[in-house]
Amino acid sequence: MRGIFPHRQSAHCESGVTANLLTHHGLPLSEAMTFGIGSGLFFAYLPFIRVNHLPLTTFRIAPGGIFNRVTKRLGIGVESRTFRSEPQGMAELDRLLAAGIAVGAQTGVFWLPYFPPALRFHFNAHNLVVFGKAGDDYRISDPVLGEPVLCPAADLERARFAKGALAPRGRIYHLARVPANIDLASPIREAIREVCRVMVRIPVPLFGVRGIRLLAGQVEKWPARLGDRKSILYLGNVIRMQEEIGTGGGGFRFIYAAFLQEAAGLLGNGQLADLSGRMTAVGDRWRDFAVAGARHCKGRPGEHDDFADLARILRDCADLEDALFRDLSKQA
Amino acid sequence: MRKTEVPQDAALFDGQKEVCYAIDESGRYVLAESAGWEPANLANIQAWEAIEAEVSAIRARVAAGELSPLAWHMARRQMDARLLAGYVGLFAWQVRRHMKPGPFNRLSPVRVQRYATLFKITPEALKACPGPEQPVPPGPGDAR
Repeated sequence: MRGIFPHRQSAHCESGVTANLLTHHGLPLSEAMTFGIGSGLFFAYLPFIRVNHLPLTTFRIAPGGIFNRVTKRLGIGVESRTFRSEPQGMAELDRLLAAGIAVGAQTGVFWLPYFPPALRFHFNAHNLVVFGKAGDDYRISDPVLGEPVLCPAADLERARFAKGALAPRGRIYHLARVPANIDLASPIREAIREVCRVMVRIPVPLFGVRGIRLLAGQVEKWPARLGDRKSILYLGNVIRMQEEIGTGGGGFRFIYAAFLQEAAGLLGNGQLADLSGRMTAVGDRWRDFAVAGARHCKGRPGEHDDFADLARILRDCADLEDALFRDLSKQA
Repeated sequence: MRKTEVPQDAALFDGQKEVCYAIDESGRYVLAESAGWEPANLANIQAWEAIEAEVSAIRARVAAGELSPLAWHMARRQMDARLLAGYVGLFAWQVRRHMKPGPFNRLSPVRVQRYATLFKITPEALKACPGPEQPVPPGPGDAR
């Protein structure tokens, strides 16, 4: 096994790493299925948390959540640890690699030399798999890339010990025990129930469809409250969280639709296939929002692109998702 | 999103492609390669422009003697005092002090070296007053 890893390019880093590690251990799961069983879909708008002075908007659950939920729901034993010092963290990685173990690692993206420069921000919840060492370079399966890459040890060390929000502190993890027979049906149902719960049942206006409606209300007020320049920055930030690499498009709505479709086949439930189609329609609506928003950012708004119209698209998304998740919860 | 509609607007990925989810002719979900999408590209470029604007404002203040070159080196790496402090093992207030020309010029060679090592530049480059021809984002540049 040493030096070989079933690298598959993925839309999202965490579900990609999890799916590839499971496949490596003899449990071939698709990325979409992993994302679904990890209940990866979410929405939250948290204006009091700032990232680079911009309000936090997220379309997915907190980092680490997908991996944790998938391994727990499938009964997979995991070993995970963080480190106080860099040499310790690198030594432990080398020890695991020498034992032929493929190791998942949380890293920042800023210091990764192979990462496209335009995407190198101080984002610390990236995931990749280290599966070998060649001289002073590590063999890395980074799920957002088409092929495995080599990364110099010094750069990987910096990336693993990046500082700032969500600092990884060298976190590495691997699968220790994978049961021989795994039934996917009940983990799928449990995972669907959880997504429905967080999307429509949290009685706080920040999360789920309530969060989308809150964002819609705020978007309308941005021009008056923030002025043109800042409104556009805020708007651009929402579009980035929705569409930048790692989302699979449409703020994870398409990858979740792919999961529902696969689940429909596995469980023999035609209703889920219909719901997958509706999920796709929601993703398309989110894409409409990005298109209209981007026209605005470019300073060339179309006829129906003022902030009230953007809010209208968001309310549309909220209404569609509200009905969708209520129907979906009846299928799980 | 249909597979035939998967956008191919290259800009951000350095010639590489990302994958996204789209439905094929028979309505089944497949992974499709995308070179990028215009609205996402635009939002990304806008984010870099905001960084660039901040960097050039700081460069002007460095040239005017209000800030030390350290402030510019930080800004073009999207770092604030707290983040840089974490990297060099100092307190944020210490880094903030070093962003002023006086305390910066009195820095010990050891401290200068520590900043320079983090930025992968020479101590001389750390102290040099940045010219307008210096690279700015996209791309931290020195991380290569």
